Amino acid sequence: MTPGVPQVGPPRMTTLELRARVDERNATFDLELDGGDVLAVLGPNGAGKSTLLSLIAGLLTPDHGRIKLGDSVVTDTEAGIFVPPHARGVAMLSQQALLFPHMTVTANVAYGPRRQGRSRSAARNMARQWLDAVGAGHLADRRPGELSGGQAQRIAIARALAIEPSLLLLDEPMAALDVAAAPSVRRLLRDLLHTDQRTAVIVTHDLLDALAIANKVIVVEGGRIIESGTLRSVLAAPRSDFAARMAGMNLLTGVVGQPGAIRTSWGGTIFGTGGPAPGNSAVAMFSPAAVSVHLEPPHASPRNVLRTTIAELQVHGTAVRVCGTAHPDGGPALFADVTAAAVADLGLIPGQEVYFAIKAMEVRIHPALSAAGPTDRRRVSTRRKNTP
Amino acid sequence: MRPGLRADRRVAPGLPAWIYLPALAGTALVVIPLAAILLRIDWAHFIPLISSEASRAALLLSVKTATASTALCVLLGVPMALILARGTFPGLRLVRSLVLLPLVLPPVVGGIALLYAFGRYGLLGRYLEAFDIRIAFTTTAVVLAQTFVSLPFLVVSFEGALRSSGNQYESVAATLGGRPSTVLRTVTLPLVLPGLLSGAVLAFARSLGEFGATLTFAGSLQGVTRTLPLEIYLQRETDPEAAIALSLLLILVAAAIVIASASRRLAGPVRQSR
Repeated sequence: MTPGVPQVGPPRMTTLELRARVDERNATFDLELDGGDVLAVLGPNGAGKSTLLSLIAGLLTPDHGRIKLGDSVVTDTEAGIFVPPHARGVAMLSQQALLFPHMTVTANVAYGPRRQGRSRSAARNMARQWLDAVGAGHLADRRPGELSGGQAQRIAIARALAIEPSLLLLDEPMAALDVAAAPSVRRLLRDLLHTDQRTAVIVTHDLLDALAIANKVIVVEGGRIIESGTLRSVLAAPRSDFAARMAGMNLLTGVVGQPGAIRTSWGGTIFGTGGPAPGNSAVAMFSPAAVSVHLEPPHASPRNVLRTTIAELQVHGTAVRVCGTAHPDGGPALFADVTAAAVADLGLIPGQEVYFAIKAMEVRIHPALSAAGPTDRRRVSTRRKNTP
Repeated sequence: MRPGLRADRRVAPGLPAWIYLPALAGTALVVIPLAAILLRIDWAHFIPLISSEASRAALLLSVKTATASTALCVLLGVPMALILARGTFPGLRLVRSLVLLPLVLPPVVGGIALLYAFGRYGLLGRYLEAFDIRIAFTTTAVVLAQTFVSLPFLVVSFEGALRSSGNQYESVAATLGGRPSTVLRTVTLPLVLPGLLSGAVLAFARSLGEFGATLTFAGSLQGVTRTLPLEIYLQRETDPEAAIALSLLLILVAAAIVIASASRRLAGPVRQSR
């Protein structure tokens, strides 16, 4: 579908500069977007992704910080500037469509234009155009209660875009949709964002969203941006648990002790290839398929043997993913992909203690973004101005 | 069929059989007195009894003052509930407790408190006296007393409605460019209108039944401050038949209010479709 996007004014491609700290949620963010950038914010639940959006939208004031949209400073704690949400021109779309239940679909979409001072009929016309643009023209006279989840979300998109936002914030817009509705809404968002070169920030759990819509990505964990860059660069060399799990890789962080080996935060040593000079922070990455599972510690060639307890077994076709538990002394959960036959032969069951063995040749060591101390491996600052 | 097994064959595991016994006793406690009053009524003279001049004056005064105090409750209580539900300032919880105090205060005590605030020598009354404004023992005093006891009912019920409806829609409206006053008018109030209505109904019912604070603060002057409950209490001494007839009138009004608002549970959370 190529939506005929209503041309009301020139498309606004706003830059975003944000540096903010929220003490209560122990969150610190620092990021910059160019005009037309679509940034995907990835990360586990409770990582602070929605906090980031609330800060930009003006629904939350930071304890310290400065947020600049285009040429205007919308939040500056030092200068005492705070532009309220209704004056920011930032539209927000969340998991639920949140269409006003007491208004028709058209009145919902016309709400923003009306607030911008357009006449009743002008706002109505704009609403019709946007409804057509999202393929929901035939729903114009319905009430929100009579719509499916996918229809409601399309209309919410039309409502958000009808104010010609300088920045569009999307908070997991596909998460509450059923499998049938999500792909078409995703496609719609991609078309609307790309044809118009809009600046947008999309929070998501789903790698697919990021792949389809975003050109940049940050990974947020524990209230910090722990990775940033293009999607390709983050997935090709993930430096966080989260990104690695997304890319399906095992990941161990630490400091390089001797060349080609890192000492992990919990005191183990992982041997691999590559990596920075001794003393630097680094991550060791290996594929779950490179991990073999043993009931007794193997004494043959593999350099890396890690004891773990099986948390669960996931069946993927003929392969079985053996998920270890996170170690109490700080070691992250690791995964091994083995054949179903191997699981049967070894008699693997959850709760069992096993040994994961990985050949050093299979472990690639990457430099970490910056100083990640062994005690605080998550606090990796990521102010990177020149994202490739 | 066992009591725990309902007619639609669903089992209620949290409902032991013995619990029907105290529940039945409680229901009887409410229903038996009502039945007793119905049985005692002199139906032949019912209409003349409730249409005596004193009765009509009391009924008219009750309806007028209860309507006025309900309007006052809405005017003052809606902003209070909005601030209690959405506001953030230190001491909010303390303010809420203070505002809700009349809910648990004996009305007579409320009446005395009002007297010492608005009476001739009261905290504010002595300054009003200078402008020749006297509130105590006037119809205004009736309205004030009723507002004093009814306001918490409206505030509590409306605050509950506001909290359960959440502020998500308001956030959306704000990001769409709605100023706070516009958001209040176009989104917040329309969404919680049912909650506001049931709050107003509660306040009206409470005002209609107000006795203690009214008697203490406004006295009992026919046509001026003697509302229906006061009239009933007075008639009970001289003309018990008339008191019973008027009581039935109040019961009927109360029943009408309960039935009218039964579809939306009184003070219950507002349900709404997405």
